[in-house]
Amino acid sequence: MKQNILLGVLLVAIALLIALPWYAPFFYIFIFTEILILGLFAVSFNLIFGYTGMLSFGHAAYFGMGAYTTAMLLLHQDWPFVYTLFAAMALSGLLALVIGFLCVRLSEVYFAMLTLAFGMMVFTIAHSWRDVTNGSDGIAGFRIKEFGLGLDLTIGNPAVYYHVTLVVVGIAALILYIISRSSFGMILKAIRQNPERVSFCGLNIRSYRLASFTIGGIFAGLAGALIAPFLRVASPELMHWSMSAEPVLMSILGGTGYFLGPFVGAAMFVLLETWITSFTESWMLFLGIVLALMVMFFRKGVLGTFLDWWMNKND
Amino acid sequence: MTDPILKISNLTKRFGGNTAVSDINLEIQPQETVAIIGPNGAGKTTFYNMVSGRMTPTEGKIELEGQDITGLPPHKISRMGVSRSFQINNIFPEMTVQENVEVAVTAFHGHSRKLFNFASRNKAVQEEARELLAKLQILELADRRAEVISYGDKRLLEIAVVLATRPHLVLLDEPTAGMTPDETKRTTSLIRQLADTGEYTFLITEHDMDVVFGLADRILVMHRGENLFVGTPDEVKAHPEVRRAYLGEEEEEEASA
Repeated sequence: MKQNILLGVLLVAIALLIALPWYAPFFYIFIFTEILILGLFAVSFNLIFGYTGMLSFGHAAYFGMGAYTTAMLLLHQDWPFVYTLFAAMALSGLLALVIGFLCVRLSEVYFAMLTLAFGMMVFTIAHSWRDVTNGSDGIAGFRIKEFGLGLDLTIGNPAVYYHVTLVVVGIAALILYIISRSSFGMILKAIRQNPERVSFCGLNIRSYRLASFTIGGIFAGLAGALIAPFLRVASPELMHWSMSAEPVLMSILGGTGYFLGPFVGAAMFVLLETWITSFTESWMLFLGIVLALMVMFFRKGVLGTFLDWWMNKND
Repeated sequence: MTDPILKISNLTKRFGGNTAVSDINLEIQPQETVAIIGPNGAGKTTFYNMVSGRMTPTEGKIELEGQDITGLPPHKISRMGVSRSFQINNIFPEMTVQENVEVAVTAFHGHSRKLFNFASRNKAVQEEARELLAKLQILELADRRAEVISYGDKRLLEIAVVLATRPHLVLLDEPTAGMTPDETKRTTSLIRQLADTGEYTFLITEHDMDVVFGLADRILVMHRGENLFVGTPDEVKAHPEVRRAYLGEEEEEEASA
């Protein structure tokens, strides 16, 4: 019964998202495009953090890698947009595989520090290698000439780009959801709770940690590939360590224990930022207070706290 | 005499200048139940850690069914048929009791590499997990979260997880530690039943002498890392040095506790 209500709420939410351009103010089309992209970024992070139990502080490296890949392929090669998405996923995944290979052998705080260190290195490369990345200005001035798949879409229209984002994020989220519920996903959850027991069940936990890290990187790259045309630029800021903090904050805000938690966190993050900055500069102060309260009193995040309370009600 | 399932030769572990396990030799035959006893610090757990791959021996050789497994990592040793429990409960606290066993069954069958199936629809894995829970008589707890069941049931759950990888050699590290007398009795008779099926070879450490004498075919007595004596339960009971070194101490400990 409660499961059906939840499914109903989810379907209504999806319908509202699809219909958004027809009822919401123009401005909110941009806001929700950003929420969807950052939501995918946060969900890809949460596969590594909430499911596998590894706190990565360098997730923006793969996000940025995806953004640069798409921006450069559009600028220099005139690739159809859809193909650049696959290229972004492949290159981000490769980067995550290499960095992950070096990081997953460490645990806890050492893992976090090493991912942060690699994140800073990737940022510095993007920032300093002017010949390729155009330094702090980033890659701009690209245009989507062709969508790909034989579809003739005017991507320049924000409402169209919003719908493209919705479909791509929707498919990606579905794939990540299936992975999270698979046998592989079950092993990831087991590794978070007790890595030693898993290795004494005969599995090499490093391989599973690396697989999780790489999948997270692939989908962070996809989110990055979507943000470049949205911002019309791929700049080093997308790889900055403060960008790596965003999916951490979003996951904690929304809740790491439920698949959609990070999406809820991303929505809160973007909406609060938009509303609060409209009347005060100090939005970070407000965010800090909200986060402190969440960590102190609502560890399971907004979605997690609500769902746990609601599912246990009248039981 | 058949080939031993486990053959330990000159096994030694030193930590700095401290010798935790010194020159242990032991052969275990298939279907045998061997117990290791000795006071705290005798080196029992270090011995286990080497056999299961958690620690690399300083010297010596460990052979499983004729294959050298010395110094292999835990997951490889597990794959070759050795499974162990721990002194402190080592389960997946946020999963249900049944899911705990499903993790091990999934790992054993290699389903763990499947990214695009729904784990909750894998009936064969679930059935196998439930059979193991039934064997350990905790099937009625299947849907409870593992962290909320009683201490004794958690220890039985860990044995179910240990057996789920279909081990040839099962290492149990103080399976009844911290249990109530009733739980201890129940666990002992369960292990007895499992041993009687002939499917498993057990190596057990235990402080409770009633459990040891009730289960073991042979007993290895360790003292300060060394092999003090190996023999049948009756031989161990009669051995003067063993009585002095271990059984006496145990009685004193119990008297003072």
